[in-house]
Amino acid sequence: MLNSSTDSTQMRVRNQTQQNSGYWWVVLRQLRQERLAMISAAVLLVLILAAVFAPWIAPADPFKASMLKRLMPIGSPGNILGTDELGRDMLTRLMYGGRLSLIMGIVPVFSAFCIGTSLGLVAGYVGGTLNMIIMRVLDIFYAFPSVLLAVAISGALGPGLSNSLIALTLVFVPQIVRVAESVTTQVRQLDYIEAARMSGASNYSIISMHILANVLGPVFVYATGLLSVSMILASGLSFLGLGVKPPEPEWGLMLNTLRSAIYNKPLIAALPGVFIFITSIAFNLLADGVRSAMDIKK
Amino acid sequence: MMSQNNSVLTSEDRGGPAQPLLVVKDLKKYFSVGNPFFVKNKKYVHAVDNISFSVAKGKTLGIVGESGCGKSTTAKLIARLISPDSGKMVFDGDGVVEYGGIALKEFRKNLQMVFQDSFASLNPRLSIEQTIAYGPSVHGLSKADAVQQARDLLQRVGLAPQQFASRYPHELSGGQRQRVNIARALAYQPRLVILDEAVAALDKSVQAQVLNLLQDLKRERQLTYLFISHDLHVVHYMSDEVMVMYLGQIVEKGPVEQIFSRPAHPYTQALLSAIPSMDPNKRTTKPPLLGDPPNPINPPVGCRFQERCPFVKEVCKSLSPALSTVNEQVEHVVACHLNTESSL
Repeated sequence: MLNSSTDSTQMRVRNQTQQNSGYWWVVLRQLRQERLAMISAAVLLVLILAAVFAPWIAPADPFKASMLKRLMPIGSPGNILGTDELGRDMLTRLMYGGRLSLIMGIVPVFSAFCIGTSLGLVAGYVGGTLNMIIMRVLDIFYAFPSVLLAVAISGALGPGLSNSLIALTLVFVPQIVRVAESVTTQVRQLDYIEAARMSGASNYSIISMHILANVLGPVFVYATGLLSVSMILASGLSFLGLGVKPPEPEWGLMLNTLRSAIYNKPLIAALPGVFIFITSIAFNLLADGVRSAMDIKK
Repeated sequence: MMSQNNSVLTSEDRGGPAQPLLVVKDLKKYFSVGNPFFVKNKKYVHAVDNISFSVAKGKTLGIVGESGCGKSTTAKLIARLISPDSGKMVFDGDGVVEYGGIALKEFRKNLQMVFQDSFASLNPRLSIEQTIAYGPSVHGLSKADAVQQARDLLQRVGLAPQQFASRYPHELSGGQRQRVNIARALAYQPRLVILDEAVAALDKSVQAQVLNLLQDLKRERQLTYLFISHDLHVVHYMSDEVMVMYLGQIVEKGPVEQIFSRPAHPYTQALLSAIPSMDPNKRTTKPPLLGDPPNPINPPVGCRFQERCPFVKEVCKSLSPALSTVNEQVEHVVACHLNTESSL
């Protein structure tokens, strides 16, 4: 009614761009403008590809030790990033180590994201006594520092990859429930939820159509920020001997085994730490980028 | 052009024009204050205290009162967005959520609500077409039909569908969003629409457009409105009947002209005298109401208006006045001892 008689071609153009201007498309377009986030994404992509395709592209066997080539410096012929305390090629082990480290970073956060969001949605949507029970029980987990909690759970379950994944998941669930619950409680009070309830729709339909889409964003951003925490915690567990066992390559474990070389070959000893650092920084910057890209529509 | 023939949505008039569309009886809601687990003597806010009224078919009932007097709570209680502590409702002869009465889902289809905050009442992640089509599809209308109906409704409320249908709420102005909210309410083909401060957030010129749209739609679709507002001008323009609320109770109800020309309750008189006049020679000289409404947690014994009433008497401090008739011909009732005294 306002300017429906104006330029019809302009309107058609607008319609076409509208076709795929769903919320996530807009976010993606905004994200492409964020330079730091895009660089981080590229770095992560390289690390992930290197880890996934390690068996095909790694220059050497990650388990093949050689007493003659122990602790070779960075830039040695045949071992670009040097060798570790048992003479294994560092570059190869870092590539293979990325597999476990990235799994330890992503899997616990992803499972905690699924469990935590569901619990938070239920607690926030139902409210009342159920909310109180869920949140107070999770507060018990909150009382412990996350490192201590991870060490305690992992120690109780015993060392091993799957056990540390479970321990890390349990560490992150309460935090994600917190965020999901508070966002859900906020969204639930808004008039469009009341309007949806006025439609006579079932609770399931209201949660999936109206609440989930509006809660997922903030929780997703929060979870992205946890990826780096998870990787560092996992490395910590491995360092303490609660995660992966040697000779399996994993960044945290490599830091541990190279500890003895810290005085004579500090650069080599620090390499796994550098990779942990780069990956977690990249995850964090990407999370920041996603956060600001998502803010634009509000 | 209007697709009125969507059989899943239409519901016919059952009781005839003489039967009130909605009868509310002894509706009550107290909210508990503070944490319910740790407080020994629970305190309650008397939000809505035993109110009874009826809404005639095809009419507009305006509800006015200060903020905090229970207008919006009443609306939400009627819509069953919050459940009442006690009270009954009858919708066109059927008890609401009663054995043998009308089921909640069916009732809510017949009754829709337009909220004050046009932005908060639209899901930011759905295009406005999806928002409008959501409700009817819940009630079993096919997706294509629901979308077609949504586009027709957009056209009807003055938003060209080819331009607006796929837009998102943040891309619209406040007035446009409120039109979308109206279209969404109409998509259910309701018979009763609750307008909870629906135009309060709009500026005056847009307000007038939306009010006229509402009047047209009412005539076109034989709607009944429950119009909640604190703006007396708007209520005067929209309503057939007016109900004045004070601290969770009805103090006066009657036809709009009767209330505006011969208000019987001192509170109504004070409200009306507070309307700024357009004529400088008729400016209000009477003092406005003094003080604030009493604490709804602990309302005074007797008449709730006693502390601010210029005509307060002994009886007001002990006995709560019941609704009594002022003028039988026009169904004008008031809850005031002054009225019962003069008729004695």
